[in-house]
Formats: sequence, structure tokens, C-alpha cells
Amino acid sequence: MCLAVPGRIIEIDGQNAKVDFGGVTREANLMLMEDAAVGEYVLIHAGFAIQRLNAEEAEETLRLYGELARALEKDDERKK
Amino acid sequence: MSTPFDEEAFRTEPEARALVSRIHELLREELRGEPVSLMEVCGTHTVAISRAGIRSLMPDGLKLLSGPGCPVCVTPLSEIDRAIGASTLPDVILTTFGDMMRVPGSQSTLEKERAEGADVRILYSPLQAIEIAEESPESQIVFVGVGFETTSPTIAATVVEAARRGIGNLSVFPFFKTVPRALDMLARVPGRPLDGYICPGHVSAIIGSGAYEPIAREHNMPCVVTGFEPLDILAGIVMLLEQAASVRAGGNAKVETQYSRAVTREGNLAAQAVIADVFQECDAEWREIGTIPMSGHEFSERYRAFDARDRIDVDVPAPAGPSGCICGEIMLGQKLPTDCPLFATRCTPREAVGPCMVSTEGACAAFYKYDRETTEVP
Ligand code: SF4
Repeated sequence: MCLAVPGRIIEIDGQNAKVDFGGVTREANLMLMEDAAVGEYVLIHAGFAIQRLNAEEAEETLRLYGELARALEKDDERKK
Repeated sequence: MSTPFDEEAFRTEPEARALVSRIHELLREELRGEPVSLMEVCGTHTVAISRAGIRSLMPDGLKLLSGPGCPVCVTPLSEIDRAIGASTLPDVILTTFGDMMRVPGSQSTLEKERAEGADVRILYSPLQAIEIAEESPESQIVFVGVGFETTSPTIAATVVEAARRGIGNLSVFPFFKTVPRALDMLARVPGRPLDGYICPGHVSAIIGSGAYEPIAREHNMPCVVTGFEPLDILAGIVMLLEQAASVRAGGNAKVETQYSRAVTREGNLAAQAVIADVFQECDAEWREIGTIPMSGHEFSERYRAFDARDRIDVDVPAPAGPSGCICGEIMLGQKLPTDCPLFATRCTPREAVGPCMVSTEGACAAFYKYDRETTEVP
């Protein structure tokens, strides 16, 4: 029930936004978002944008797991 | 165009393998193979863990429990009966999210009432209830307000908008629940050692990770706010095991955020302000668990006129719940679905006995659909 889907705001008209979900566009309400801007990534739940997404944090998280994966691969090679 | 929020980015195999291997290493070495139990308290996590097959990748000794994270499953029978009763009234259009349709009340379901002619409509957004209210001024539009803090601000915002437009024929059953109080209560359940909470990602996007700090402090309980993709969940488990090892060595538990792309310590202040304006905290009954003080939301004085309980007069039968169902013990983390003698025998998604099998996000439904081959069924 707490599913929320990431999308990108492509148009804002007052409280309403058009949000792009990888090619599919849907309307979302911005009442729960302070200062939303076109181009921002947001989480959409039940027709509302409920939080903005932070691209730097996402990249940092992925970089960390990537490092862990490479460390494991090296480890495996050493054991061979 | 790929973005850092693509689901695929958080599903890559080498990374998943590395995290799983780290989980095994932590349990073997830092935790010396002693049993560890972690609990998620979000139906979306329940489904994500089962769907990704994560249980089968975990080492022996690491138990992943499903807490009361499915809002539909924790809605008491009397409230379900009330919603079903309201749907049968001639001037009522009952509106709801789809998850509620098949949940059995004492005698009926919303789906059955609709088949027999009741006007029950499934909404994608609560805002649609405003449109229906404007189109049907002669009818009473009632919304079944079920959900945690992810959902309740969307309904609060809908009520603010309805008030602004002067809409008088819309009301809401306030059956909302709040997560941190439930986590606090669960941490006190005797006889069930728990080593950490996989805290819900989207509830936390609203309330902020700071909401769990009292729980980590008072119960010395590791808390990690976790996302929903396979890498998120595996990494959240790694962080919890690292903390569990440190707590067993005498360290202090804390709140950490794995899902940092969506969750801050403060959360969404605008959404919190709307919640505080429209609702006030109240005691709430959790199905099969009991009353948890101040774990619900009802309307504030200012918005009391939207309370469907005052506006819609229905006779509710004395609740008659399913017998033999152990949903309560499952949601308290004392048992797994496979411990229930009715699981996959008398109770299946087609012929569900208890709420945890009816809702797709219930622990029993998720186990039935995804984990049956990998767990022992009696
Ligand atoms: S399998 Fe069915 S009867 Fe058993 S606990 Fe789950 S929902 Fe209840």
C-alpha cells in the first residue's frame, strides 16, 4: 500500500504537475511538496508527489555497492 | 534515458552477490553464527523481499520477520464492517483504494456488495473523490481512509482541498495508523528477541528517519530506513547486522538511512504540516494485536465535519472473525506463515481465512506466492 513510484516533473501549473515515468505521463498534485521545480525527480503516491529524490545520494549509494562488488571479484580471483 | 532512480540500477547481480556474501560473512564472523531476527514493518517490503527471493539467499540463523506493515491487515473487523455497511446505504457512493475490496468483514466484502448493486468505486487517488462529490451532489461520498503516514497526508490534502471548495457531501472514515508507536510497542513484546528494524522507506520519506531515534535509544534497537529494490534491502540487512554485532558487543544502537535518495532526517515538512492541521493523534486498535496508545489519526476539531463516523449511520454486526488464524502472532513476529496449520491448506489467496492472506501485501499472501518452494510447508 505504501508503494511510491519515481518520476520526473516536466510541467507545473499551479498545484498540478505533469510527471514523466520513463515515457508515460501522468498528472500529480503538488500540495504536499514545497517549491517543486520542473526537472526534479519526485516520488508519486496516490496521485501526489510526496518527496523529492536526491540524485547525488542515489549515485553515491550505487558507487558504494559497486566498490563492494569489485572487492569481492578481486577476492574471488585471488582464491582461484 | 537512464537515471539514477531506475529500478534496474538497484537490481544488478554482481552488487547483489557482494552484499549477500557480506551478510553471510557478518553472521559467521562478527555474530559468531548466533541467531539474528530482523523485522520489516511495511507491506511493500514484505512483497519486495519475497519477490526477489531474498529469504532463500539468507544464511541459516538469520530470520526475516514480517511485522504489522500491511495497513489492510491491521484494520479491525469492526471498521471493515462499518465500511461495508456504509456501502449498502442507498444514498452513499463508497470510494476506496483497491486493496480493501476483497477483505472479508463479518458477513460480506465490498466486492460482494458491489456485485449486488452497491455503488463502490476504486480510486487511484483520493482526489478523485472530490470530482465524484461535485458530479453527484445528491449523494454522500464516503472514502475509506486506510493507510500509514505515506497515504494519510494524501487524504489530509484531499480534505483541505474539499474544504476550500466548500464541498459538503464528502466524508472519510479515519482508520489511519502510525508506524513509530507500533515499533515501540513491538520492541516491548516479551519472549521474542528482535535484533533490528528494517524501517519503511516511504513512511519515512514523510515522517523522516528522526522519528525512530527514540526507539533506537530507549530499546537499544538498531533501525535502518531501507528502500525497496533488491540492492536496497540487501544493503539494509548488512547495515542492521553490523549494528547488531556492535550492540551485542555492548555498543549503542542508532538510526541509519540506507534509502538516502528519498529519506532525510526531517522528512517532508509540508506533508507533516498538512497532517498536523487535519488530524490529531488518537488511540487505535490494530487487528489481532490490540489497542496501541496514540497510534492512530482522527480528524482535528477544525476538520471534524469530514468524519464519516458522525455522518453515516450504520448498524455494525458483532464482529465475527476467522477462527484458527494466527495473523496476530505473525504480525508480532512470534511466528511465520508456515507455522499456521491452515496455511496453503484451508487458507489460500482464493479462499482466504485471515487478513494476511487476503491482502496481496499480507505476510501469508507473499509467502504463498513466492516463498513456498523455498520454505518448509507442514
Ligand atoms: S495462513 Fe491464513 S489462517 Fe493462517 S495466519 Fe495466514 S491468513 Fe491467518
